[in-house]
Amino acid sequence: MRDDRTIRRCDAAFTQSVQQQSEQNMALCYQCGNCTAGCPVARASSTPVTQVMRLVQAGQREAALGADSIWLCASCETCTTRCPNDIDVARVMDVLRHMARRENHVAEKNIRDFWDAFLESVEKHGRVYEVGLMAAYVRKTGRFWTDADLAPAALGKGKLPLRPHPVTDKEAIRQIFRRYRERSA
Amino acid sequence: MSTFTYAYYPGCSAMGTSAEYEASTRALCSRLGITLMEIPDWNCCGSTPAHATDHTLAGALVARNLMLAEQMPDVRGIITPCPSCLKNLKTTQHRLQRPAYRAGIEALLDYPVQSTLPVKSVLQVIAEDFGPQRVQEHVTRPLTGMKVAPYYGCLMSRPPDVMAFDDHENPVALDGLLAALGATVVPYAMKVDCCGASLALTRRDIVTSLSCRLLDAAAEAGAHAMATACPMCQMNLDMRQQQINRDNGTQFHMPVFYYTQLVGLATGYTAAEMGLDKLCVSPAGALACITPAAGPDTAPAQPREAGA
Repeated sequence: MRDDRTIRRCDAAFTQSVQQQSEQNMALCYQCGNCTAGCPVARASSTPVTQVMRLVQAGQREAALGADSIWLCASCETCTTRCPNDIDVARVMDVLRHMARRENHVAEKNIRDFWDAFLESVEKHGRVYEVGLMAAYVRKTGRFWTDADLAPAALGKGKLPLRPHPVTDKEAIRQIFRRYRERSA
Repeated sequence: MSTFTYAYYPGCSAMGTSAEYEASTRALCSRLGITLMEIPDWNCCGSTPAHATDHTLAGALVARNLMLAEQMPDVRGIITPCPSCLKNLKTTQHRLQRPAYRAGIEALLDYPVQSTLPVKSVLQVIAEDFGPQRVQEHVTRPLTGMKVAPYYGCLMSRPPDVMAFDDHENPVALDGLLAALGATVVPYAMKVDCCGASLALTRRDIVTSLSCRLLDAAAEAGAHAMATACPMCQMNLDMRQQQINRDNGTQFHMPVFYYTQLVGLATGYTAAEMGLDKLCVSPAGALACITPAAGPDTAPAQPREAGA
């Protein structure tokens, strides 16, 4: 049994906090498993989404925030669409990764690093610049060979412009990020 | 100014990875008399990385675009070709109805936000405001003989209460459109199943496995090609098809068109104008399935007018 799955004392404040931030009533989940049945990444994760929902209900903070599935979630919205009790499950998954990130409790670091690199590109240019994003991701993770095999085709077909297409009002975008950081500090 | 003038949000992929979607979308709109006014100085919607990091940050990035569009004169609404951008635009607009959320967004933008313009996909406008029959009137080179699997991706109709378009389990808008072009639409079960999306860089194993299932379902249904409306799906299925084959021991050779490219071809644009050379898996085999029968000027491509 993995450490983070060990049953701990119920942290009711955690459950409450997830409910508040996601604006969802966790008590409505009766563990039917529909979300996991339709989840494209369920096969790849050790704690599928139904279990994550139960862990939140039971106030198992460590286990819920440590779940790999909250990072693997592809935001396809299938769980939200199929929940018989209209719980926005994808939004709960979003909120859990927000919390896990704030506590630096990140089960899939490469995914977090990719998202960071993406947002850094947006902050810098106002729009995503793929070549810069790839370079930043490789720098963060050391995964030098990521998609190197695709480079010739992508470049040859003009799909990877070698210059960014930035917004004109870069300052407007940077201010959004600046204020966001000030408020979350 | 035409009745169908929209504020247009191209999305970042239009600047590179889905340049052919952008070109064919503009051509198609021009053909149907839809005027696209690009939102001046639009910025990235933040995509999944933003909403997976913080909902207020994500909302602020989107809201700047919504507000830029609000200031445009005489537009019917905001339209975008990209389902992922669409979901972010619509989700933010939906949540802005709640004062507490709006206050958080306004604090990051430092100006008041009010979003009233309807937000739709280009596909929705074509399907609902024009419909297959009106598109069919423009068809000069029908795609008769080509079997196509329409692939919607996850987000075009999901979540249903926010997206408010088509059926969320079995959408049919693309089916109707492709049929109007003369193509044979093959039924298959994976129309809205996820391709793995942006996990491609971080967990390629997941993407090549999920995308393999999609290609498999389309091939099993006898499709000569797939047609999609999503830049992310198209890239995973087309550019990564060799990776998919390598990882799964398969030998797919399935061209993956943007649906706009097929509309363009059928309505008289050339292969070059539709950017078919940008597809990684050659569409030559699928195009060869088109029977040069009844329709006027079948091959080679003759544009009815130069440029888009």
